[in-house]
This record gives sequence, structure tokens and C-alpha cells, in this order.
Amino acid sequence: MKWLNPFFWLDDKVSPRWRGVYTLFKKELLRFWRVAFQTIASPILTALLYLLIFSHVLESHVKVYDQVSYTAFLVPGLMMMSLLQNAFANSSSSLIQSKVMGNIVFLLLTPINTLEFFAAFLAASMIRGLLVGLSIYLVALCFVSVPTVYPGWIIAFALLGSALLGTFGIIAGIWADKFDQMAAFQNFVIMPLTFLSGVFYSIHSLPPFWQAVSQLNPFFYMIDGFRYGFFGHGDVSPWLSLAVVGSFLLALAWLCLKMLKSGYKLRS
Amino acid sequence: MKIKSNSPSSDEVGFRFLWDSERSYVAAAIEISGITKRFGEFEALRGVDLRIEQGEFFALLGPNGAGKSTLINLLAGLLQPTSGNIRIMGHDVQTDYQRARSALGVVPQELVFDPFFNVREMLRFQAGYFGRGPENDAWVDEVIEGLGLTDKAHTNMRKLSGGMKRRALIAQALAHKPPVIVLDEPTAGVDVELRQMLWAFIQKLNQQGHTIILTTHYLEEAETLCERVAMMKQGRIVALDTTRALLKSHAAKQLSLRLAGALPTQLQSLLKQQNGDEVVLALSELSQVEMVLSVLREANVAIQDMQLQEADLEDVFLNLVGNQKGAQA
Repeated sequence: MKWLNPFFWLDDKVSPRWRGVYTLFKKELLRFWRVAFQTIASPILTALLYLLIFSHVLESHVKVYDQVSYTAFLVPGLMMMSLLQNAFANSSSSLIQSKVMGNIVFLLLTPINTLEFFAAFLAASMIRGLLVGLSIYLVALCFVSVPTVYPGWIIAFALLGSALLGTFGIIAGIWADKFDQMAAFQNFVIMPLTFLSGVFYSIHSLPPFWQAVSQLNPFFYMIDGFRYGFFGHGDVSPWLSLAVVGSFLLALAWLCLKMLKSGYKLRS
Repeated sequence: MKIKSNSPSSDEVGFRFLWDSERSYVAAAIEISGITKRFGEFEALRGVDLRIEQGEFFALLGPNGAGKSTLINLLAGLLQPTSGNIRIMGHDVQTDYQRARSALGVVPQELVFDPFFNVREMLRFQAGYFGRGPENDAWVDEVIEGLGLTDKAHTNMRKLSGGMKRRALIAQALAHKPPVIVLDEPTAGVDVELRQMLWAFIQKLNQQGHTIILTTHYLEEAETLCERVAMMKQGRIVALDTTRALLKSHAAKQLSLRLAGALPTQLQSLLKQQNGDEVVLALSELSQVEMVLSVLREANVAIQDMQLQEADLEDVFLNLVGNQKGAQA
């Protein structure tokens, strides 16, 4: 049953100093891996359904960039949307489940420090998000050719986006006391921000007012910067996107670490 | 400060010894100084001082709401004190929390578990959080066997029965082999078999040098197992002594008699309970039995039946903290 534990080759090599954070990271990773059908396969299928339906209906009606088909345009947006949603879902669902079931106490009793706690949850969330995003790309290649003009930008925005939403998920998981609070967070914050960020369209196709509103949405910069890496075209400069996404990540990481250090809603 | 010599068994559980400049001493397993804890207007703990030495088997008793769980949560770092400080094996739970938590294993009162993993995986994860790796697997196996979980080691936690979940919960607290173990009502709602198995295993750990702190609803368990007892009431410790001394100083013996006549007036001051011709007299010393018999003889009251009962911890408990109806440990 070694395949159930992708870490069997690493277990003996970690030093006692790093074993706490390593164990928490490993546990968080195995937690979603054990239910991969729900956590990996299901979002891939959803993204592919979006791709098939939207491309079938709109392929001949919408032209965003020259020499880029609408179906190809959709792929990076759907990849990033799924990546962000799954990075968020991983840390937030793990924390809220542990809090509601009470087994968070086993973590709170340990000597794992604030930074290690944050790093372990964040790394597992990023891996789930990246895994889903990469899988969507590989499956989409069966249907459509998608160029990769600047791979560096693709990797940078994939890492930053998954880190940002992984951090957001930890904050939401700490804040929420009940599953319905978490569902509200997901449905009224994460979902609208992702759908209104240019996943299915370029913001240049919007009226000026909604273009301005879209530029207040940090999710727009993650998707636009990510898409720039594929096509070499974006609605704004990738450097601006990098600055906005990086700043948001730093701000949220600072807030998250502060919440963890103070024991907000975890230790009273 | 109480001086203790280093015992060979101490090394087995990896105790940390603290030294001062003049003489060597072993840090207290738990040292609580002036702890208060407020929840808004409610003062759950009102200046608690307590020192528990390494290797002790210690009971913390008190009615519901006395502050036992608050005190345990403060030890575990799940709550932050309003004032005062706590040291575990010499390490402050606030300023040196990593070492303090490494020295502590807490069995929570609630039956909580992670539904994604089996028993052995959970124990390995728990040990891993404390920096223990594959070298600790032999100890994990010992805990699994000691608590009768061998058959269930590969069973998912959510598929275990209530009793088995309780065993797994205890095993999780022991997974990193902590020198100080806190058992917060570990036998609440569990069968006799588990209780006996648990106490046999915990006693073995205590003999190996682990410090055990126990809260329980079953006072006979505390009386049998624990060398020292603290009784709490309304956020304060109202009694702290060896079990033997508490029994001696606070509990009276009971002399139950069935008499052929009325109880003489000289004995009315000892009367604790009367039901028809059956009377129960509270005696502070065994020598009073002779006096009672002498008075009855002089009054020509025949004794039809007689029974002398030793006091137990429940009597002490009721005497000290149980004046309220429905008081529990």
C-alpha cells in the first residue's frame, strides 16, 4: 500500500527539527489525496464541462486576441479559476472540519509554531491547486492547442495565485465557526470574485465602468498575468499584475500569521 | 523546594533536569503560581498555586464548574491565563511553550478524532508533530498493544466503536512518550474491561517515571491510584494533601447500629442518620467505639446488629466540596 503514501522515501530523512512541519504538511496532503476523486477529479471534470459548453456555444461568436481561438483563450482562465478555488478549498475545509469535529485540539497541543502551521497548510493547499490546474491543462491539450509564450510568468502566477488563495483559506478556516459560514464565504466572496475576473472574457469587452470595477478585483490580476504567460497578451501589464498579486499575498500572509500568533478563535 | 534524586527510570522517558548554581534538583512536573482566569465577568480560577512533583500520580477533583478543565486547558496552552504562570518540567507554557508542550500529553474529555486516517497513522502523525520519526514506531506499537488496539490499528477512526475511540484518544496523547500525562476524565462512559486495561497501562507508565494527573468522576479510582489529591471548588483549591492524610483528617468513621431501644441522649451529638431502629453514628476516632458500647450497656439498650465503615474519598469530597446537591468529581 506504499502508493497511498507518496512520502515513504522521505520519512526517514527528515531531521527532528523539521519533523513537526513535515508531518503536518504530509497529513494535509494525504487528507486530500485520500479523497482525490472529490478533490482532484471532480474539479477537473467541472472545468472541462465549462470548456466544452462555452467553447461550443461561443467559439464562432467571440474573438478576444488575434490568432487565439476562444477555446484556447478559455483554458488558462479555467485553469486559474480551478487552481484558486481548490487552493482555497483545501486549507479552509481542513480547518473548519477540524474545528467543528474538535480534532484541531491535537494540533494545538503540539510544539508546532505559528510559521510552521502556516507553511504546512499553505504548501498542501498550493499543491492541490497546482495539481488541479496542471491536470486541466493536460486534459485540455487533447481538445485544443494552447501556446506557452512565457513559461516563467505562468509558473510565477500559478505559485502566487495558489499561495494567495491558500492563505485566504487559512484565514477563512480560522474565522468561520460553522460550515454555513464557510459556504457563505465561498459563495458570496470567492465565487463572484473568480467569475467576475475575466475567466470567460477580456475586460476590454466590458463598458468602461465595469472595466474600472474589474480592475479593483485582485483575482483579475492573477488570471490576466497567468494568461499573459500563455499568449503574450494581457489586459494590463504583467508587472502590474505581479505587483498587485504580490502585495495582496504579503498583506494576507501578515494578517494570517497575526491571527495564528494571537490564537484568534483557536486559543482564548 | 523539594529535592529529589535522579532515578534511572527518569532517563527512560527523556526527562529534562534543571540545575541551579548550588545544588542539583529536578524541576517540578507541574508548577502553577498564582493562576487566575477570567471569562468576561466570570472568574473561573481565583489564584491557584499547585506543585506536582515528577513521578507523582495526582488527582484533581471537584464538582462541575470548579475550574478543573480550565486549569488543564491552561496547562495545555489551549487557554491563556489572565495572570500567573505555569511551568511544565521547568518550562513556562507561555514563553517556552514548545518545550513545555513537548513534555505534556493531554487526553481531552471530548471524544474527538480525525476521520481521514486509521489508528496507526494518527498515532504516527501525532508523534511526528512532536519531532518523533520512525524511531518512535516501537513505542507507538507498545501503546497500541497496551491499550488493546492491536486488532484495530489499521481501522479508520470513524469506524471504531465509542470505547475504541476512547482508547485511540488516550493513545494519541501518549504517542510522543511525554513525561507528564494529563487524563481528563478518561474513563467517563467506558466499560470495566477498558478501565482495568487503561489503569494497568497507566500504572506501568507511572512506575517507569511518568507523572500522571487525573481528573475523574469515579472517586474510588482516585483513592486507589493517586498518592496525592487536590480538591477544587469555585476556582480555588480547597484541599491539597496525600490521599491518606485527607482520609485521616477530613473523614469520620461510621458506626451503623440496630438497637432494641432508644438512642441514649449522651450519644445524640454523634447521630448522623436515623431510620427507625437503625442509627448511624459519625466517629472521629476508632477509640470512640468503646465509649459508644459502654454508654449503650449502661443504658441497657441491646445491640441487634453493628457495622463499622471506613471513610472513603467520597466522604472527604462531600465534606469539603459536596455541600451542593448533585456535586460530582
